[in-house]
Amino acid sequence: MSMTAEQGEVKPSGPAAAVILAAGVGTFALGLFTTMNEASSDISDFLRFSDDVGPLSGKTIISTAAFFVAWAVLGYIWRGREVAWRPVLIATVVLLGLGFLGTFPTFFEAFAD
Amino acid sequence: MELTNREFWTFIHGMVLGSLFLLAFSGGLAGLYSLRPEWATSEGIRERMTRLRYGIGLMALIAWGTVLTGTWIIYPWYRENLSEVGEDRYAGCEGLQVPNEDCSPRDFLLSEVSGDTESWHTFWFEWKEHVAWIAPMFATAAAFLVFYYGRSLAQNRFLRRLVIWLFVGSFVTAGIAGLIGALVTKTAPIT
Repeated sequence: MSMTAEQGEVKPSGPAAAVILAAGVGTFALGLFTTMNEASSDISDFLRFSDDVGPLSGKTIISTAAFFVAWAVLGYIWRGREVAWRPVLIATVVLLGLGFLGTFPTFFEAFAD
Repeated sequence: MELTNREFWTFIHGMVLGSLFLLAFSGGLAGLYSLRPEWATSEGIRERMTRLRYGIGLMALIAWGTVLTGTWIIYPWYRENLSEVGEDRYAGCEGLQVPNEDCSPRDFLLSEVSGDTESWHTFWFEWKEHVAWIAPMFATAAAFLVFYYGRSLAQNRFLRRLVIWLFVGSFVTAGIAGLIGALVTKTAPIT
C-alpha cells in the first residue's frame, strides 16, 4: 500500500509507520501498568512517582516515555525506508485494543491484589 | 465574577483547552475530508495544507496540555484525603450536598452522603483518568503524518484515511474523558 507515481510524491513510509506503531506501544504500556498497579502493591508503590498524584503519575510518565522512546527507536531504524503498512497497522490495532482494555476498570479491577 | 485558583485551573482544563480541542478537531476533520484533488485546485490544496498543519499541530499540543493540567494540577485536588477523622474515613463529608474543604470530590463520591455516587469514582473517573492519555499520542501521530506527507495526502486516499482514523481515535478517547469529567464535575465539583 505504498504511494504510486500517479498518486503523487513518494515518501518512504518508515517514519510515518514509526509514529503510528509508537502510539500503539504507548497505549499498550498505559493499559499494562494500569492493570499491574492493581495486581501488585509493590508495583503500585513503585508507580507512585508523586505522592499528590499517586500511581497515576508513574503510569502516565512511563506510557508517555514508551511512546516517545518507541517513536525515536523505530524512527531511527525505519528512517528513509519503505515499511509494509499492513503488519504495522495490525500490530497497532492489537496494541491499542489491549491498551484500551487495560484502562477499563471492570478489566483491571479483576486483577486487584 | 471572581474565580478561585482551583476554579481557574478547572476552567482552563475543561472549558478553554476542551473547547479549543473540539474546535481544532472540527476544523481539522473538515479540512482532511475535503483534501481531494477533484474538489480543489493545487492553489486551494496549498492553502488548506497550511491551515491543516496549524490546526492539527495545535490540536496535538492542546491534547497534551489538557492531560498535563488535568493529571498534575487538578487531579491532586480531586483525590485529596480530607474527610478522615479517627476511624471514620468519611466523617468530613457528613451531611454535605457538595464537596468542601473537609471533603474532596473523591471523598464525597465514595462516601455516598448524597446518594448512590460511589461508581462515579470507582468506574467512571477511574476510566477517565487513564483513557484520556491515549488522545495526545494519537493526535501527535496524526499531526506528524500531516507534516510529513504534506500535500501528497490530497493525492493518496489511503494515507488521508489513515490520518482521519488517527484523528478520530484521538477525539473519541478525549471525548470519553471530557464527557465523564463534565458529569463528575456536575456531581462533585472541585471547590
